[in-house]
Amino acid sequence: MERYGLILGVVFACLIGFFVFPAAGQVGGTIRIGEINTYSKLTNFTIPYRNGWQLALEEINSSGGVLGKKIEVISRDDAGKPGNAVKIAEELVRRDKVVLLMGSYFSHVGLALTDFAKRNKLFYLAAEPLSDAVVWAKGNRYTFRLRPSTYMQAAMLAVEAAKNPAKRWATIAPNYAYGKDAVKSFEKVLKTKRPDVQFVAEQWPALFKINAGSEIEALSRAKPEAVYNVTFGSDLAKFVREGKLRGFFKGRFIVSLLSGEPEYLDPLKDEAPEGWLVTGYPWYDIKTPAHTRFLKAYQAKYHDYPRTGSVVGYNTMWAVAHMLKKAGCTDTEKMVDAMEGLTFDSPFGPITFRKIDHQSTMGAFVGYTALRNGKGVMVNWKYMDGKDFLPSDEEVRKLRPQG
Amino acid sequence: MGAFIVQFLTGLSDAASLFFVAAGLSLIFGVSRVVNMAHGSFYMVGAYVAYFVVSFLPKGIFTFWSGIIIAALAVGVLGVIIEILLMRRLYKAPELFMLMATFAVLLVIADLSLWLFGAEDKIGPRAPGLDGSYNIMGALIPQYDIALIVVAPLILIGLWLLLNKTRWGILIRAATEDRDMLAALGVNQKWLFSSVFFLGSCLAGLGGAIQLPKGGADLLMDLNVIATAFVIVVVGGMGSIGGAFLASVLIGELSSFGVLVLPQSTLVMMFLVMAVVLIVRPYGLLGKPEAEEHLPPELVESPLRPAPLKFRLVGLGVLVVLILLPFFAGSFQLVLFGEIAIFALACMSLFFMMGPGGMVSFGHAAFFGGGAYAAALLVHYTNSPMELAIALAPLCMGLLALIIGWFCVRLSGVYLAMLTLAFAQICWSIVFQWSGFTGGDDGILGIWPAKWASNEVVFYYLTLLVSIGGIMILRYLLFTPFGYTMRACRDSHLRPDSIGINVKRQQWFSFAVAGVFAGLAGGIYVFSKGSVFPTEMSISRSFDILLSVLLGGVHSMSGPLVGSTVFIWLEHQISQIPFYKWGLQIQPWRLILGGIYILLVMAFPQGIAGYFGRRFEGTFSVNK
Repeated sequence: MERYGLILGVVFACLIGFFVFPAAGQVGGTIRIGEINTYSKLTNFTIPYRNGWQLALEEINSSGGVLGKKIEVISRDDAGKPGNAVKIAEELVRRDKVVLLMGSYFSHVGLALTDFAKRNKLFYLAAEPLSDAVVWAKGNRYTFRLRPSTYMQAAMLAVEAAKNPAKRWATIAPNYAYGKDAVKSFEKVLKTKRPDVQFVAEQWPALFKINAGSEIEALSRAKPEAVYNVTFGSDLAKFVREGKLRGFFKGRFIVSLLSGEPEYLDPLKDEAPEGWLVTGYPWYDIKTPAHTRFLKAYQAKYHDYPRTGSVVGYNTMWAVAHMLKKAGCTDTEKMVDAMEGLTFDSPFGPITFRKIDHQSTMGAFVGYTALRNGKGVMVNWKYMDGKDFLPSDEEVRKLRPQG
Repeated sequence: MGAFIVQFLTGLSDAASLFFVAAGLSLIFGVSRVVNMAHGSFYMVGAYVAYFVVSFLPKGIFTFWSGIIIAALAVGVLGVIIEILLMRRLYKAPELFMLMATFAVLLVIADLSLWLFGAEDKIGPRAPGLDGSYNIMGALIPQYDIALIVVAPLILIGLWLLLNKTRWGILIRAATEDRDMLAALGVNQKWLFSSVFFLGSCLAGLGGAIQLPKGGADLLMDLNVIATAFVIVVVGGMGSIGGAFLASVLIGELSSFGVLVLPQSTLVMMFLVMAVVLIVRPYGLLGKPEAEEHLPPELVESPLRPAPLKFRLVGLGVLVVLILLPFFAGSFQLVLFGEIAIFALACMSLFFMMGPGGMVSFGHAAFFGGGAYAAALLVHYTNSPMELAIALAPLCMGLLALIIGWFCVRLSGVYLAMLTLAFAQICWSIVFQWSGFTGGDDGILGIWPAKWASNEVVFYYLTLLVSIGGIMILRYLLFTPFGYTMRACRDSHLRPDSIGINVKRQQWFSFAVAGVFAGLAGGIYVFSKGSVFPTEMSISRSFDILLSVLLGGVHSMSGPLVGSTVFIWLEHQISQIPFYKWGLQIQPWRLILGGIYILLVMAFPQGIAGYFGRRFEGTFSVNK
């Protein structure tokens, strides 16, 4: 017992050491930025994201930083708990004196930070959370969001899906806000384009606990002509495998949200579905100079290919740098003013942060899945600019609290 | 017709996968009384090992099935190693401590798996020879599903033969009945326990490996499967293999047909089944009432006594430091200490029902998160002022606890704990699903303190007042006749009953009191964070609270305070370490936390406060 006590003592001493040292080691002369994300969970998404912003940070600082200073990012892990994220935000603001916050992956964490930003009048750039509420229902002056939202991605798919003659649709989506929003937006946009379609069945598996067999059987009883899928990760793998074995995809038009992103498509390997309409990121075939430059830099630094998260991280960091340049200082109100309407060039082309709802116009690629060399890829894709897939200004004003 | 048959068979094949995991868990619990939280991790490791073995061996029927058997055996060995290195040292500690140790193992394995197996999900190999489908009256069903439906009963029969027809099985059943008697007869329990652990872990590994063709291996499998496995074990009756089989089929079929009727039922179906079964049959479908355990003399607690003067002075000193904190600490320190105080109150309320009340809860977050939601909803819908919301939150939770408690107190031990878990999950899923009212998982935002309390120092004092006030009231209650009666009911059912005390009612009220104070903690918590999300009511939040209480020790009143402080402080410390700067891709906080828990469990089997309480008994001796 005493032996363990001794080891424990050493461990605790080390931890106390951490408590004292980081604060002492910091130097002035930098612009300090707080970054929060779920690095200890869902590592297959958050690590590429971190690689992305670290690459951008390196580029920014090696070209002299902004406002004559280097940028210093203090990156923290929220463990996927909104309560932790708020605590860390308090710490970054109060103790580390960061000038702004960026990051977060989960929507609920993003929303907790959105509200924190509003109360503390702190600039916050939400990187990955998809929830529409971040910029609409719960939007506020201090929060911006980079990644195309659930609504935008669902709308992109719906516009393409409307071209298919299928009339009877079924949906399957994870049973939480993202899944529900994704289905609602898709139904809404598809119905405006095609008043004749009807939704005949729906399934709501618990996130990462899909009973793929039963739910597929339940869907096929309704005899849909087309299926809209929102499941991802391990649920998607099970859905694909059971669906193939049960002949569920045969003769059906399948539309699937995010499934073309390397994060979700690559684990499926040679079982990747063919002919599905998806949103995603075909990094292997994008030949624009801006993207080629990014791709080369990324591969040189990490010896790995970028995922969607990498581009999100990269764009997030650069958006902050461009905003700081435009603002000319780190005063929050001025930073917000500078961010509204800010346009900059990204690997995907120019992106603007809309003044009306603080959503960026970063888009996504929409195309069909196919197999190439035993790997799932996207073919016949095109880039959909986010600005074309947002509701009208009038509608946005209704969605977003004004004043 | 074909569709119905296929739906039914699909439910059966789901049941088969569930049975493999649950059988092992039930076996281990039946013999060693270990609530093995790491069982899901064994399942996950089994899946990964089989994946790698199968993909590196040449393809073929033989290699596929031998891959699965290799994985099962490897996981069995892993189980034995953990049993010998860790569990064996703890059999004398209270049972709940085992739960904490295995939880620590879960944390460690989670991070090691990430490091060893990589972050990307693995899609499972198909089973050679079984990768097609059968056509049943026009509906297709995968051949592998049929294989699973056949294999599961075979395993059940095998286990039955093993337990009923071999000497080893007889010893196992004897150990399940009465461990002490078996030891008195000269049976070496050490190896018996190790062999049970081996078999149980094997079954978990087999479960993980055999489901590969139905999905694959990913890093969330451990936590995803463990709750399900526990539900099945409890529904079937703990320690009963046949019961586990029956429960698997019940839950598999109800889930399979449930999605036809109500697709949204996926979140809650399993827990509803468990709640109903436990209410109707308090020991599960095929379980037997637990024999009253004869506690070894050293575990019979000495009665709680009011703290001696010296110890009170220490407490007073801590209080003075806390009150003076704003004068020398940074403003973030106040936020952190405020959170510790709130969490300490939540832990104290669980301690109240768990230690002196003798009722373990796995679902205490229902009241903590529920209190937060009650306050948030009041502010959101009725614009009620902060003071009112904080005052009403505990009342609402008291009512909820009266309802839940009424069902729970009729049970005892692990069954009671699992019923609290079931109710907590039902509450969680209501909050999660009813997005029109509760905001679903987008939560409720904008719940900030009233203007007068929005200053961080003022809010800190308010937090201290509420939290320490609540803790003191709970402490006071323990020394009133109410508290004495409660402790009497824990120590013996018969004796208080015979002097006219209504034991169940006493437990029911104690349950409600715990709910009230957890609700109070939640009520103030929501104002410190500004928002509330269903995660505050989730299983993991319940376990945060439970672990903190265990960390401090359930036999000492300062336990929950020490435990919650250590928990929040550790979590915060570890989250600060910038691992990525040293080229480490992952943030191994679970590994570190798990490692520290293991050390703590080994060093302080009575909890931290419990240990120091005994160590310095002389210093703070009670005047007898």
